[in-house]
Amino acid sequence: MTTLGIDLRRWETWGTILVVAVMVVLLFAGPHIFDLFTLFKVTLFVAMSILALSMGFIWGYGGILCFGQSAFYGLGAYTYAIAVGNIGESTAPFLLAIVVPAAFAALLGYFMFYGRLSDVYLAVVTLAVTLILYNFMRSTAGEEYAIGAQRLMGFNGISSIQPINWPGDGNALLFPDDIFHLSMGCLILCYIGLKVLNRSHFGRVAVAIRENELRAELLGYDVRLHKLQTFTIGGAMAGLAGCLGVNFNSFVNPDVFALNFAAEIIMWTLIGGLGTLVGPMIGCIGLLMLKFEIGQQQITNTYLIFGGIIMVFVLAVPAGLLPTARQLAERFVPALRGDESGDVPREAAR
Amino acid sequence: MTDAGSAVPILETHGLTMRFGGVVAVDNVDFSMAEGELRCLIGPNGAGKSTFFKCLTHQYKASAGRVRFRGADITGSHTYQIARRGIGIKTQVPSVFDGLSVHENIWVAARRHHGRREANRIVDGILERLRLDHLARRVVGQLAHGERQRVELGTVLTGEPELILLDEPTAGMTHEEVNQTTDLIREINKTTSLIVVEHDMQFIKAIAERVTVFHQGAILIEDTMANLERNQQVRDIYLGKQHAA
Repeated sequence: MTTLGIDLRRWETWGTILVVAVMVVLLFAGPHIFDLFTLFKVTLFVAMSILALSMGFIWGYGGILCFGQSAFYGLGAYTYAIAVGNIGESTAPFLLAIVVPAAFAALLGYFMFYGRLSDVYLAVVTLAVTLILYNFMRSTAGEEYAIGAQRLMGFNGISSIQPINWPGDGNALLFPDDIFHLSMGCLILCYIGLKVLNRSHFGRVAVAIRENELRAELLGYDVRLHKLQTFTIGGAMAGLAGCLGVNFNSFVNPDVFALNFAAEIIMWTLIGGLGTLVGPMIGCIGLLMLKFEIGQQQITNTYLIFGGIIMVFVLAVPAGLLPTARQLAERFVPALRGDESGDVPREAAR
Repeated sequence: MTDAGSAVPILETHGLTMRFGGVVAVDNVDFSMAEGELRCLIGPNGAGKSTFFKCLTHQYKASAGRVRFRGADITGSHTYQIARRGIGIKTQVPSVFDGLSVHENIWVAARRHHGRREANRIVDGILERLRLDHLARRVVGQLAHGERQRVELGTVLTGEPELILLDEPTAGMTHEEVNQTTDLIREINKTTSLIVVEHDMQFIKAIAERVTVFHQGAILIEDTMANLERNQQVRDIYLGKQHAA
């Protein structure tokens, strides 16, 4: 009998290797093939891809529909901005930008999961928390709203945020090339980390809980704790994305907590394909590129186009891009089906 | 395994009650069974058998009463804590991980108790024991009802629980599968206590030592199957008073 590890279809393992290889090539070749403006843009895409990965993980694998993943991104961004404004050196702020959103996710998750909130209410609560943060941050323009030396600046946002520096030396700021390398390195680590996690006992149980919470509990798994851990990991990753994202233009404002941005993250995941890791990244990069293009043309409203796209996907490609591409490939290339019955476990291969 | 005379009951309930608004689904049930016993619960639909199981495993928080497992009060324990204490349940409607393969379903269950290597060994054994090995790579959501029942039973058995609650284990099974399940339950009972809810009287007769009859949420009577078949009260609630008259 095979074990779970061997259950993986070989071609999908190669797919994972291919994805990592492409990212590694981009890591080293990026600064040489992109001009400076494009490099800035790609760095933002990479940071946002980490955010997309976090959403793909907690929703696609953990079954937790968080409508407020942007809240953790925003917390990461603001934490970095405030901490680096006070400390003047980015090592501790970089770490705090991961720890603070993770702690906030753990606290919020504790009340939601131990309070046994159902999926719909969980989505509503996470969205409500995001909008509370949005409104709060917009109202912090007064001088009294400051943490240490750093004012929060309300709806104007915090600008001229000090970029990340080499660890321990506040004067050795990273150049755009270095920030790209750092962001890409973080993305690769997050992707590989999630792949390993998803194939571990923890990851298998997360998927099992997504499939049937009651059965998982009847087998002796503490579903509340497991979901809390999944949610916290997602929060930490989103915080990391926020920290890297804020280095794109050294600026953060309350729009990171806005409804538009919260909805965009859901759209990335739906369009790319729920239950995959690469899918949300593809959705993220695709929509961000489109957003940039529409923004440059100034012809129509971006969200009008996004609304149309999501309607088309929900109706015509409900599984999302990547799962649909896989289904088509399996239909036309029998060798990809794995065994003759075509009934190969899907979960282990994602 | 017939050790019904054992001094410490493996499971006891005292005054267990479950109310849904004005409806009393389980009504002041005092139940006790010895270690190693195979107890069958019978009763018409709506008698409260499945609700009783859900109270035992804390899927429902009982309105009143206590539950003791091996003498320890587990009334307030969470479902996962009760499972970890050694009570497994196969539910009436198969509760499985539909999107996972048969192998993965049982592996996730086995991994809860064992390391990776040992879990793999146990899964192979369970698949063979339940004649699921040819279906190991199939996604459970695509299987027939009877096969899903066996998968669920497999997930329960991996934990080697001390007490297993089986809610209609033969529902949707073919005659041959029922015979196989009968043998399997006898085999399981050599090492494990069992409570079985069933409507199939032939199956009950084949496995039962002692039978508890539920009626309108309460225990009506406890006796051997042979005596219950002759009991007019039991015949009345199963077949209706018209028949009795």
